Amino acid sequence: MKKFGKLLAATALMGLMAGSAYAKTLVYCSEGSPEGFDVAPYTAGTTFDASSKPLYNRLVEFKRGTSQVQPGLAESWEVSEDGLEYTFNLRKGVKFHTTSFFTPTRDFNADDVLFSFNRQRLADHPWYEYVPGISWEYFNGMSMPDLIDDIVKVDDYTVKFVLKRPEAPMIANLAMDFASIVSAEYAEQLAESDSKEMLNQEPVGTGPFQFVAYQKDAVIRYAAHPDYWQGKQPIDDLVFAITTDAAVRAQKLKAGECHVAPYPNPADIETLASDPNLMMMEQEGLNVGYLAYNTQVAPFDNTKVRKALNMAINKQAILEAVFQGAGTAAKNPIPPTMWSYNNAIEDDPYDPEAAKAMLEAEGVTGLEMEIWAMPVQRPYNPNARRMAEVIQADFAKIGVDVQIVSYEWGEYLARSKEIDREGAVLLGWTGDNGDPDNFLAVLLGCDGVGGSNRAQWCNEEFEALIQKAKTISDQEERTKLYEEAQVVFKREAPWATIAHSTVFMPMSKKVEGYVMDPLGGHWFDGVDLAE
Amino acid sequence: MLKFLLNKLVLIVPTFIGITIVAFGFVRVLPGDPILALAGERGVEPERYQQLLTQFGFDRPIWEQYFTYVVGLFQGDFGTSIATKRPVLNEFMTLFPATLELATCAIIFAIVIGIPAGIISAVKRGSWFDQLTMGTALAGYSMPIFWWGLLLIILFSGILGWTPVSGRISLMYFFPQVTGFMLIDSLLSGQPGAFQSAVRHLILPTIVLGTIPLAVIARQTRSAMLEVLGEDYVRTARAKGLGQLQVVGVHALRNALIPVITTIGLQVGVLLAGAILTETIFSWPGIGKWMVDSIFRRDYPSVQGGLVLIALIVMVVNLTVDVLYGLINPRIRHQ
Repeated sequence: MKKFGKLLAATALMGLMAGSAYAKTLVYCSEGSPEGFDVAPYTAGTTFDASSKPLYNRLVEFKRGTSQVQPGLAESWEVSEDGLEYTFNLRKGVKFHTTSFFTPTRDFNADDVLFSFNRQRLADHPWYEYVPGISWEYFNGMSMPDLIDDIVKVDDYTVKFVLKRPEAPMIANLAMDFASIVSAEYAEQLAESDSKEMLNQEPVGTGPFQFVAYQKDAVIRYAAHPDYWQGKQPIDDLVFAITTDAAVRAQKLKAGECHVAPYPNPADIETLASDPNLMMMEQEGLNVGYLAYNTQVAPFDNTKVRKALNMAINKQAILEAVFQGAGTAAKNPIPPTMWSYNNAIEDDPYDPEAAKAMLEAEGVTGLEMEIWAMPVQRPYNPNARRMAEVIQADFAKIGVDVQIVSYEWGEYLARSKEIDREGAVLLGWTGDNGDPDNFLAVLLGCDGVGGSNRAQWCNEEFEALIQKAKTISDQEERTKLYEEAQVVFKREAPWATIAHSTVFMPMSKKVEGYVMDPLGGHWFDGVDLAE
Repeated sequence: MLKFLLNKLVLIVPTFIGITIVAFGFVRVLPGDPILALAGERGVEPERYQQLLTQFGFDRPIWEQYFTYVVGLFQGDFGTSIATKRPVLNEFMTLFPATLELATCAIIFAIVIGIPAGIISAVKRGSWFDQLTMGTALAGYSMPIFWWGLLLIILFSGILGWTPVSGRISLMYFFPQVTGFMLIDSLLSGQPGAFQSAVRHLILPTIVLGTIPLAVIARQTRSAMLEVLGEDYVRTARAKGLGQLQVVGVHALRNALIPVITTIGLQVGVLLAGAILTETIFSWPGIGKWMVDSIFRRDYPSVQGGLVLIALIVMVVNLTVDVLYGLINPRIRHQ
């Protein structure tokens, strides 16, 4: 009977979709299947593209095409003097999706905010493990349980977050995918009908599109949310055609079977860009690939030795050999699309002669070292082995003998953390929330020594700057501090900064208003199709 | 016959146990630590690491883990996917019709073309037709599926625009899944053009997946046929003055088909292995693509469960072929 009901509902929906014969439908050839439609249990960008972006909103949102934060479901917020209390004033009149499986009886309010966060935070919450094995990896990964002391409902439209310590990136964290707001009323309905798992399969949010159907591993269908608080979308239907192979996505774009397709093969970029029906957008990815010296082991504890090695690396050759043009040379530890990026800094020149002389001046001759190459492919380093070989050849020119080593990925990550590790490590980072703290403190802060700080580098001056920036919420002031921190970083050279990848986005020329997201997501709100 | 069937069934038990050991061991012998690999650059707190170990059951002795796993299997519990948090068996059953539909079309395609081609080659042994067919079969047998699929897509979908690039049906058709078989569901939906669209989407994947079985069947038919054509009873039939069609079609073919049927049965394994690549190229939402995705996601329960289920299917099909073989060829079942 239940099945029959579902059939009926689907048929009714079909009728609705068929009725709008002139519906504008945008087809996005996505690169993989979402793991589920509840956002918070997951960490993969592919899942977020299909869930948090089209279906949900957050208290605060990233401004389209930037990593700056703007009001979302919260109209405004105040931060207390001591930086410990964040009070959000919620937007009124925000409607949840009305679908075949749920009809909301009330607007969005504080209960939804409490529900969305408390289920991730409180182990005794009835929704903490609503499906066996579910967990809140991103919420935990961002150390939210250690940070949030309490979340208080002041009234129906006011919510207060109480923190255990001041943390300026808090606002940026609340714009992240895991902070998507789900409907508490819908959850209640599911709990009553003993079908909690449907929260992950038939989602309800406040976002620009609402869920219609998912045919596993094949197609996801969305329709524009008619009562969206920012107005109905210009397109009527959004379809994700899941197409895992990049070469096939390219063919589908050319054949007009999809309007937008992410992650083209480097080899296809030129032919796609020259297709008369297609256009190509590009942007630097929010990532950095680096070579981290162990600054606690001689002779790499000597700044001048590190500087000399950095000057011997031919980054242009790496960009050609490893990135095949889909990358830019990195001079700072944060990517250029991130706020506070210090563009005034000059990169170390590529000058093997000078580098050799510098090493000799420091009394370093016949140096032998290890370079670690990761066994996996990453956006910030598509081929670590090849990269290590290029650096090996570069270092040979200044008389440094390099041995390339590698371990299985889990082992690699574990061993590279060791404080007395021999050798320099190739690694990188992709940003979570667009906040510089997410790069500088995680990768170069003193707390990270023996952990995510692979250079084992703890510099007082640098640390003071980033710690100060963490406690003030004024972005202009923070920008100044981070800019200064980048100057210290460049002077001390704990890493050789190597590259930021370039992200390409081919699409049909009919697509209007698409904006690339520096955080790597794919958004279709505000996108239109020309007739 | 009953004894023959029992003999075969008894063999299945150790085979199945062997498969569970291989599938279970596969995940354990992979180098390194799946949890650390999953966490990536972000790392994982030691407490959380312990929690995850317990959650996956990796902290228990290996024999105990295996025992729990096998007991679960016999109760129909194939584990829960780490990624989707849904039962593995459930996921498998949702996707299997798509693979079955594709594999059935591919094997029909291979039989319908492979057997006649093999017969004609045998009858006209040494002719240009024979040489061309066997040459093509050899090429088809050695064709890398991924390359072959892309080549066909670029030619027929990209340049000529005759077939759709990928998927099971045009996105403009949207109807509830009743059987999971797109050909049937599209007919049931009653939407004009839906069935044709489903057929058009099947053409290229069918050819790609059917190519290797087609080559094998054609070559097997030819050699079986050649052997039979040299037999005394065929000579006798000819001496009786029977026409070529009757000699080949009635006397020779029936006997030549026996080894061909075994070959077709063995192709099921090849088809399921080929489905992994074919489904990935054509974005075909079946179990092959699902296995690849699961491996990339390090979704070990899915990989493990998928392996056991696929092996089970291959075993059941092989058993059926054995029984069929016994039915056709009395010599086998009396051995």
